[in-house]
Amino acid sequence: MKKEEVPQDLGSLGKITREVCYATDASGKYITELSDGWNVKTNALDVTWQDIEEKIKKAKAKVLHHEASPILFFMEKNVMNIGILSSYTGFFKWQIRRHLKPSAFNKLSSKKLTIYAEVFNVTIDELKTMEVHDK
Amino acid sequence: MINNFEHEQSAHCESGVTRNLLKNIGIKKITEPLAFGMGAGLFFAYIPLIKINNGPAIAFRSFPGIIFKRTCHSLNINITRKKFSSRREAAEMLDKKLAEGFAVGCQVGVYYLPYFPKEYRFHFNAHNIIVFGKEDGKYLISDPIMEQVTTMTGYELERVRFAKGALAPKGQLYFAEHKGDISDDQIRSAIIKGIKRNVFDMLRIPGPVAGVKGIAFLGKKIKHWRDKFGLHKAGLYLAQLVRMQEEIGTGGGGFRYIYAAFLQEANAYFNMDELMQLSNEFTKAGDLWRTAAVQAAGIYKGRISAQQDFNLMGDYLLEVSEIEKKAFKDLSKINWH
Repeated sequence: MKKEEVPQDLGSLGKITREVCYATDASGKYITELSDGWNVKTNALDVTWQDIEEKIKKAKAKVLHHEASPILFFMEKNVMNIGILSSYTGFFKWQIRRHLKPSAFNKLSSKKLTIYAEVFNVTIDELKTMEVHDK
Repeated sequence: MINNFEHEQSAHCESGVTRNLLKNIGIKKITEPLAFGMGAGLFFAYIPLIKINNGPAIAFRSFPGIIFKRTCHSLNINITRKKFSSRREAAEMLDKKLAEGFAVGCQVGVYYLPYFPKEYRFHFNAHNIIVFGKEDGKYLISDPIMEQVTTMTGYELERVRFAKGALAPKGQLYFAEHKGDISDDQIRSAIIKGIKRNVFDMLRIPGPVAGVKGIAFLGKKIKHWRDKFGLHKAGLYLAQLVRMQEEIGTGGGGFRYIYAAFLQEANAYFNMDELMQLSNEFTKAGDLWRTAAVQAAGIYKGRISAQQDFNLMGDYLLEVSEIEKKAFKDLSKINWH
């Protein structure tokens, strides 16, 4: 890639930091150049997040229809799966699968709820109601 | 105690951390490309069975931690590396080393990194930062991919050091110790060692998923993705490929440009035309990776969707595989003097 070809498409990262790219100057020598971002990868990130948003929406609908507990919603929202959630909470996977059911979730002790709330960065109230104000 | 640490931004986190840690102990000749090449950082693996964020696992660089380790070993620099099961011990050891005046490398997960933009927070645990001091109860942080230094509270730092999931860092910290400078001969021998190791990783690992064979393997598979997964999922997989290849921390072109820069810098120590020519080959490979990324973007944006578009995408990768195969074969044949 030549120095002039280093893309400068301002993306979400570019607002916080530019990134170092390796490119060649007129004599063919490698130098570093700062880039604001590249549409090709911004789009890659966008479609990935659209897919995640879709999953969050579906999870929310399931919770509202009492087919799943809010744990499902927050798991999707935090881009986790049962494996990752299990290692963060210290619960076994089978326990989490149980907590994903509304009936089991409603009986959870406040100690267990606190563990989930901390992992998801929310309060227990927010955990129960799914009303989260993004921080 | 405040370390006289100098933050310098880099393209890739681990080679940047390696360079900055070495510079901090007085070894100033090791640039980011040299660290990357001596550490044999270039790699490729496509492991469809392992899923990351619901997509196949694709890697463009070697296993986390290896660049620092190999670079320092080849230069005879002492390193200490420690994982912890106890969070308290992990914090104590860090504080102790900071008090002794060390800058300390830490492997961290990016999901809870407070200064990262939300869009970049995935459960990716192979990021590297340097902690270089403590002020007013806050840790001073040099993240090599950021332009500026930043700070984190003890809680925030503990959280990212003990991120969970694949490649969990387990509080891992590392630092280097060395007296005096290193000689050009040492650098030369480390360059040769790094290149040989990279030749092995890219050409000789058995099985179809790693090295240049892995690139061709993925190229062939992509041609079937449209029928096998449908446009939506195939698009998401291609987006995953582009993210791993181009995302922050790669220097562009799936690390191929850093490697090309490494060969140019190596040439300064050897003065061999082959190294300059091979540097051009890696530039070519990087350019082609980016052409492939533009093609992939056409697919995941829905601008193009025909089978022939997937065929072309696959062919780009087959071509990259050939270029890199030839380049590494030529590297393996170099007669070092």
